[in-house]
Amino acid sequence: MSYEERLQHVSVLGAAGKMGSGILLLTAVEMADISLRPENKGKPFVLNAIDVSDEALMGVMKYLKAQVLKMAEKKVVGLRKVYASRADLIDNDEIIDQYIFDVLSLVRPSTRIEAAYDSHMVFEAIKEDPALKSAIFSKISANNPHQPWFFTNTSSIPISKLDKDAGLGGRIIGFHFYNPPAVQKLVEIIKAEHTLPEVEAFAQQYAKNLRKVVVPSHDKAGFIGNGHFMRDILHATGEVDKFSKDFTFVEAVYALNKISQDYLVRPMGIFQLIDYVGVDVCSFIMSVMNPYLPGEDLHSPLLDRLLALGIKGGQFSDGSQKDGILKYEKGRPVAIFDPEMKAYVAISECQVKVDAKLGAMPVPPAWKTVVGSKSKDDMLHSYFGQLKSASGLGAELTKTYANRSCAIGLQLVNSGVAFNENDVNTVLLTGFFHAYGPINDYLG
Amino acid sequence: MKKLRRKVYMVAGYNTLSMGTGRKEFNPKKERPGLEDYIKEAGQGTLKLIGGAAHVDECVIGNFMASRFNRQANLAAFFPYVDEGLRYKPAIRVEGACATGGLALMSGIKSVLAETADVVLVIGVEVQNTVKAIYCADFLAGAGWFKNRKAGHAYFFPGQFSDRAGAYFEKYGRDKTRQALARWFRNAIENARLCPTAQEYHNTAKDLEALGMMEPNGKSFVDHLNVFDCSKVSDGASAIAIVSEEGLKRCGIPLSDAIEVMGWGQIEEDITKPPVDLTELSTTKQAIKEALASAGITRDQIGTAEIHDCFTIAGLMCMEAIGFAAQGKGADFILEGHTARTGRVPINTTGGLVGWGHPTGGTGVHQAVTILEQLTGKAGDAQVEIPADRPYGLTVNMGGDDKSLVSIVFKKGH
Repeated sequence: MSYEERLQHVSVLGAAGKMGSGILLLTAVEMADISLRPENKGKPFVLNAIDVSDEALMGVMKYLKAQVLKMAEKKVVGLRKVYASRADLIDNDEIIDQYIFDVLSLVRPSTRIEAAYDSHMVFEAIKEDPALKSAIFSKISANNPHQPWFFTNTSSIPISKLDKDAGLGGRIIGFHFYNPPAVQKLVEIIKAEHTLPEVEAFAQQYAKNLRKVVVPSHDKAGFIGNGHFMRDILHATGEVDKFSKDFTFVEAVYALNKISQDYLVRPMGIFQLIDYVGVDVCSFIMSVMNPYLPGEDLHSPLLDRLLALGIKGGQFSDGSQKDGILKYEKGRPVAIFDPEMKAYVAISECQVKVDAKLGAMPVPPAWKTVVGSKSKDDMLHSYFGQLKSASGLGAELTKTYANRSCAIGLQLVNSGVAFNENDVNTVLLTGFFHAYGPINDYLG
Repeated sequence: MKKLRRKVYMVAGYNTLSMGTGRKEFNPKKERPGLEDYIKEAGQGTLKLIGGAAHVDECVIGNFMASRFNRQANLAAFFPYVDEGLRYKPAIRVEGACATGGLALMSGIKSVLAETADVVLVIGVEVQNTVKAIYCADFLAGAGWFKNRKAGHAYFFPGQFSDRAGAYFEKYGRDKTRQALARWFRNAIENARLCPTAQEYHNTAKDLEALGMMEPNGKSFVDHLNVFDCSKVSDGASAIAIVSEEGLKRCGIPLSDAIEVMGWGQIEEDITKPPVDLTELSTTKQAIKEALASAGITRDQIGTAEIHDCFTIAGLMCMEAIGFAAQGKGADFILEGHTARTGRVPINTTGGLVGWGHPTGGTGVHQAVTILEQLTGKAGDAQVEIPADRPYGLTVNMGGDDKSLVSIVFKKGH
């Protein structure tokens, strides 16, 4: 079966979720582009958008329409060629409307898993629950005569375990998009022990067609992305605990968030990133990964405590940030949750005091300036060079943080998760939008 | 052309901001002034300078495509909205794609010559940021023959002029021509920085020529031009009064604040036919020739010119159409600095279409306002020196791909 034939009948599980809707969008566009080639005229292409709620699926169709519109506007130069033989489509808006119709026509929203029984391939982006995933894969596999391939978006569960538990015989691969899939360039591809070569070849082709940056990862729980992120979280929460004598909780969170954003020149602070992903999601990923990491306890009592108090973060359906550890106004953090008081405390109340405690710092370049600069490396060398000789509390915490991030990166290589250091850096650069990879010589 | 039966002057120019990307005030997500606001501001600006609506005999409004950009037609009926004193006065709307403004001026000139009016209020307006550039391209494609739209580029007019640039590169060499286009862009932005109403007034880019040299990308845009080669999508209006000697007196405006219309070329080419030669603006050349002949001057007497650089390549070709440079030598003329504000013939001294902006239906009027400011010494920071032996100003306003042309020669009132 060719690449194109396999994409004639596809299902996305968890299609109404944050990741699933993005995967649905990218797959729908890829399928539509194939279906619009002259040689494929008249061939049916079907993409089942499967999720548990009709209401959520309605929202997905709206999301798809808005996103395909944006994509069509960007590629209208090429679309005019695609529709060159359609004499009735003349203006750009007519061509764009037709393209949206053609993409959306492939998509069949459904709340029934049975829809996947005719698919040649299945993308999965459901809850990060190994038992649930295996049960669903197994059910589809047993009822589907086409021996379908499974592309799982898991960010933490070993693929070989899913393969074995669901009895797929290697018809599975980890294809881990980053959030949001339509924007983030990175895809981690994780081969299970028995993944069939043709499945991997398809995955590479599909990623290439989606113009994604591919980083391979070994099949070790958490892979590279969460392997770094979860340990990064634990470093930050550990520092918060450590400073509980000198700082209040709110002050410590403010300090660590500022250090991990401004002083480390990252797009957002660590506690904002936890909120972005979801406190519950982070905690759950740790719990999934932990059993596979002997000798290491990947667990945050702090996140447990916050969750118990109902602090979850995450995003609204329009992509805006929900309040979590931090409270947001127009997307910017304005307050921090105090577990003692069970209320948010304005950042402005502690900012001056904490900044003074952190002490004098070399002025860091803004993340936005650095990522867009051709002399990025020089800017970072200059800043970290000054930081190296700075000695205040803020400088020391920043250096410790950067060194820990580097150590985590090296640990991922040494423990056989990442193939090499460059892959670790690529994941942080393209999946987390960092301005530089954690394994570097800036503080060397 | 017959000798003019009476003298015709232009006075009291007014420009609104040229609004769009580049202006700090511009936010596509927020509500902005509408078509009627631009018409009103420009109209009232000129009325104030001529002593009010009571002095006006007739009105002309130039607009290209409000029917699509703003879903609005019948624009002449906006004059009483500008000022109640214009109620029940004759008014007309004219259209000729991007030459609309020039045609509006011609309509006013002819009313004065026909002696049906001594004072004509002329407004040119376009409000285009109501849609994204990709849909704007559809609307502006109306300046070409609709039967060519299907085969045309998504960005129709950039596509047309990209084809011209490609042909020009092939015939006369790419490298030097691209450098000249980049220089044209730099001159345009540097001039615009001196004019507070210009769309690029806030532009702070450091290495403009490096930007101008950005390699074109045919996959996302067109093959031979980059975005810096193109005028932007603009909202804006310009107004001016066209008056007789009696009109000047009525408005109480001294001759020293007026420019005289010395001659013009107003011609049309067949919209259904492809260009005779992609590397030459043949219709533009003919219109300029007629303008100079009717004014009784040569190109060597021109002190400054406002020309239609909807694309940098059109600016370069216009230098050849005027005859400032021989065919194929336009790039040298630009690179030698002759078109810069300190050069032999400062061109587009407030930025032209690339720098000031291109609210399509308003551009022809804006060109006349700039010439009025320059020849009467009122161009502020953008003022250039007009040599005594070259006292003439020239405008070249083009509609479509070298199809509708209006070129006018002006001289200071006295």
